[in-house]
Amino acid sequence: MAHSSQPIRPIHFILGGSAFALLLLLTLGTVIALWWHAETSVALTPSDWSIIQFTIVQALASASISIIIAIPTARALSRRNFRGRQIILTIMGAPFILPSIVAILGILAVWGRSGYISDLIANFGVGPINIYGFGGVVLAHVFFNIPLATRIFLQGWSAIPIEHFRLSAQLGINTAGITRHLERPMLHAAVPGAFLLIFLLCVSSFTVALALGGGPKATTIELAIYQALRFDFNLAKASQLAMIQFALCVVLGGLTILLSKPIHFSQGLDRKVERWDAHEIQYRIFDVFILTIVCLFLFLPLYSVLIRGIIPLFTLPATVWVAALNSITVALLSAIISVAMALTMSALIIRLAHKYQTASQAMEIVSFLTLAASPFVIGTGLFVITFPFISPFTIALPVTALVNAAMSLPFSLRMILPAMIRAESHNGRLADSLGMQTWTRFYIAIWPRLRQPVGFSAGLAAALSMGDLGVITLFAPPDVATLPLIMYRMMSSYQLEAAAGVALLLVSLSLSLFWIFDKGGRLEHNLR
Amino acid sequence: MSITLDKIKLSHGEFTLTADFKIKEGQKVALLGPSGGGKSTLLSTIAGFKIPDIGRVLYNEIDITNMPPAKRPIALLFQEHNLFPHLSVEKNVALGINPTLRLSALDIKVVKDALYRVGLDGQGQKMPFELSGGQQQRVALARCLLRKQPILCLDEPFAALGPALKREMLDLVKEIVDSTKATLLMVTHQPEDASYITDQTVLIADGQAHSPIETTKLLANPPIALAQYLGT
Amino acid sequence: MNKLTILAAGLTLALAIPAHAQDLPKLTVYTYDSFVSDWGPGPSIEKAFEATCECDLDLVGAGDGAALLTRLQLEGTRTEADIALGLDTNLIARANATGLFTNYANRPERLDVPITWTDDTFLPYDWGYFAFVYDNTKISNVPNNFEALIAMPDDFKIVIQDPRSSTPGLGLLLWVKEAYGDRAPEIWAGLAPKILTVTAGWSEAYGMFTDGEADMVLSYTTSPAYHIIAEGDETKSAAKFDEGHYMQIEVAAKLASTDQPKLADQFLEFMTSNEFQSIIPTTNWMYPAVIPTNGLPKGFEKLITPSKSLIISADKAQMVRDEALAEWLTALSQ
Repeated sequence: MAHSSQPIRPIHFILGGSAFALLLLLTLGTVIALWWHAETSVALTPSDWSIIQFTIVQALASASISIIIAIPTARALSRRNFRGRQIILTIMGAPFILPSIVAILGILAVWGRSGYISDLIANFGVGPINIYGFGGVVLAHVFFNIPLATRIFLQGWSAIPIEHFRLSAQLGINTAGITRHLERPMLHAAVPGAFLLIFLLCVSSFTVALALGGGPKATTIELAIYQALRFDFNLAKASQLAMIQFALCVVLGGLTILLSKPIHFSQGLDRKVERWDAHEIQYRIFDVFILTIVCLFLFLPLYSVLIRGIIPLFTLPATVWVAALNSITVALLSAIISVAMALTMSALIIRLAHKYQTASQAMEIVSFLTLAASPFVIGTGLFVITFPFISPFTIALPVTALVNAAMSLPFSLRMILPAMIRAESHNGRLADSLGMQTWTRFYIAIWPRLRQPVGFSAGLAAALSMGDLGVITLFAPPDVATLPLIMYRMMSSYQLEAAAGVALLLVSLSLSLFWIFDKGGRLEHNLR
Repeated sequence: MSITLDKIKLSHGEFTLTADFKIKEGQKVALLGPSGGGKSTLLSTIAGFKIPDIGRVLYNEIDITNMPPAKRPIALLFQEHNLFPHLSVEKNVALGINPTLRLSALDIKVVKDALYRVGLDGQGQKMPFELSGGQQQRVALARCLLRKQPILCLDEPFAALGPALKREMLDLVKEIVDSTKATLLMVTHQPEDASYITDQTVLIADGQAHSPIETTKLLANPPIALAQYLGT
Repeated sequence: MNKLTILAAGLTLALAIPAHAQDLPKLTVYTYDSFVSDWGPGPSIEKAFEATCECDLDLVGAGDGAALLTRLQLEGTRTEADIALGLDTNLIARANATGLFTNYANRPERLDVPITWTDDTFLPYDWGYFAFVYDNTKISNVPNNFEALIAMPDDFKIVIQDPRSSTPGLGLLLWVKEAYGDRAPEIWAGLAPKILTVTAGWSEAYGMFTDGEADMVLSYTTSPAYHIIAEGDETKSAAKFDEGHYMQIEVAAKLASTDQPKLADQFLEFMTSNEFQSIIPTTNWMYPAVIPTNGLPKGFEKLITPSKSLIISADKAQMVRDEALAEWLTALSQ
């Protein structure tokens, strides 16, 4: 790791150590609190089993379908060059930033009982389609995860050395041969990790089940935790379910980390297409077909959010603007906490790595614990811990900011730690030889190299936090709202027009926040 | 087979390559020059992986500028990634005979012979990752052998090898090319490699590919660009 | 860094603004959302009470009926609420078990609810019957009991509420249980394919119905009165079931932790007064607990009257609820 022998100063221990301690509290601490509270002697009811079963089955279906569709999509994108390809690629890169509640509104606009498709088939006398329940949950999950899977496979395609393609062209290997010799080995490596990651994401789904569930038959574990807490005041049941959720996610998360290759989100997708295969007409037709279908599937809902939201945007009630302010505050807080934790933990990890290898590795692994502990488990645990002392409603916004920061910490750390290592190895020794002390050293020698990953991480954390509809539903009293919460309440009361306006506002704010932070990180940083 | 580059110009971002010369059939030509000068680009253009913006590429006076790489009678050896990692050595070589890997008993014998010629007798069942870098390049060379193409292009294929092994490989190349009377194009940035087996040298520097000059003459009396590079 | 300071300054300013002088004592009432909406009783009640009490009445919407109780449990004795308004008889036992409520001071002279009222802590303010509401221009073959509803084709969709968060949801649960006893799981299994979705509260479900997403919604026999009187729309009707209809009696109570006990009692007295009660029929669309001196509004006579009134006593309701809920969850999870 780092080559310089950095002395560990007290400040590193204080800052990095507290970040680490906070993370432990949020992940392991909350789980332990739940364990304490859960009456594990109480048997699981048949309805509990059916919830677990539903959670797993829908996740399996969602992951499988996403991957099956993503493979030909990625293949088509990797071998076709056309105008607009870059735009499609960029939009496929935005799944994380889009708040899920916005996407669900769009999905309902297309697939709902009074949506485009129902209207279309009504012309043929066929009844309106009903997506509430299993079908709707899988549909929404596939919507969210096709871009992710496609990106992973595209990454795989661009990792294949260009010489292999040239060789294939030279040797006259046809399209079928390229599938056999190039694609299949790549997919063997990429599919398991992708499948597990998507499976994990779908298992811990809340917003989709909340909005499209349709009843006890289509309830995920996270939704059941929420209901146990908010509807029934059943702390024991909530804790019990949260433990099950945690166990499930730990297994899946561990498998994912073991089996998947790291995903580099901003790499290698802008390489020019150089392919000499698949020029025959049947491949072209198929590629055009699959790309059209997938693009329509992904863009129609988003497009509907845009056009339906423009007009209502101007007649939104005042409560929306208050909620917007709340959302932005929470997002900024989240970004600051996430980046601060990542920076302090990175600094400590680098300094520990030199002497205490295992300690530093342990810290890195802990940061990925949040992948296993779903935000609801963390939220429920915090709830159970704080409830005896303070009313949950008074701490809704800070807790939302904190939990969201913890959720984006794996991403932040993954970007900031390598950058800090590079900065230390390039500039660290020079700074030391010039006798720079802690703050000057950081500001002049290290910080310039960190601006870009910090900007990106902050933007990502802020955008993710803006779209949160998990923890806030648990803690917020009815008179405090963030934008996603207000949007959900409007959707539930069938105020779909107003909800569309809020959706547009939410998406615009999320994207703007991301753009501001990301651009800020890229700005000219030369000190003249 | 002769290769003619007729006033070609190719732009790739900020870099532009120009060339206008002819290589006669059976010649052994080195493409020499500093890194980033355009040697690999020129080779790609000849092989058909890049299409020039202006000008034509001719094989035996026939315009093949727009012919796809698969149809060109050329065998290419890259600097690395010549072998498919999941196929055995034997199968990798066999791709040179039949890209669908449907092989007759005769084909398999031919493959074994080729492996013998490059000094890898009996290694057919190994996987590429079990071989050293030099051995992998020899497998690729064996495949080129099988293809019996009138043009053989090598893109710094032996750059990572030690001096003795490199000389051995160059000897083998010379032997193959002489026996099949193929035209050889070899990209290198080591002048010793050029003088070892080639007759002619094309100097490529700053995107300009000059006409071939007899190798010994060029190295004895290098023009300014080459002199700067050689340090003479 | 600069961006943050500006934001922090802005926030402090925003928070400092609404500190208008409050010398008047404040009475906080937690109630359900539809009570405080602009079309509900809230605004008129607030105006009427503030005219006489010399206080500031703050009505806070806390979701639906059962959610309201949960919120109070979550807040415990730290709650700011002085009065909880919007529970019903099915929740009284659970509410008593929390120990958060205390007796009201003055019994009203007369109550016009269909049962004899003996509770000292909870005081009724309105009541009604649960029923399925439908559009009479679209449905001609109206089911007249639960079994007929089950016999409808599967593309006939109803929308109901979750019994854990909504009092109509809980009411439906107990209605089926009271009417069918041990056959309740069978009834729910039959209803399951027709349930479009289960919403958290009444307003979501009713909104879906009025938007045409569902054919029937679980609501009250008095819901059509709203459409008739307020909208001049006679297209909505309630389906009369021959098993009888389950009753809902909505109640209010004083929180033991209140810092305004006298004011709270004053409000509870006001609640059973003629002024409050005459606002109820055309804002909350329920039968008033005390019939106003001018009687019920015109239009109410068009509503169906059930042949049988079903209700489980407050002390038994909690036990029945737990059993019925387990059956409901199992039946709907198949």
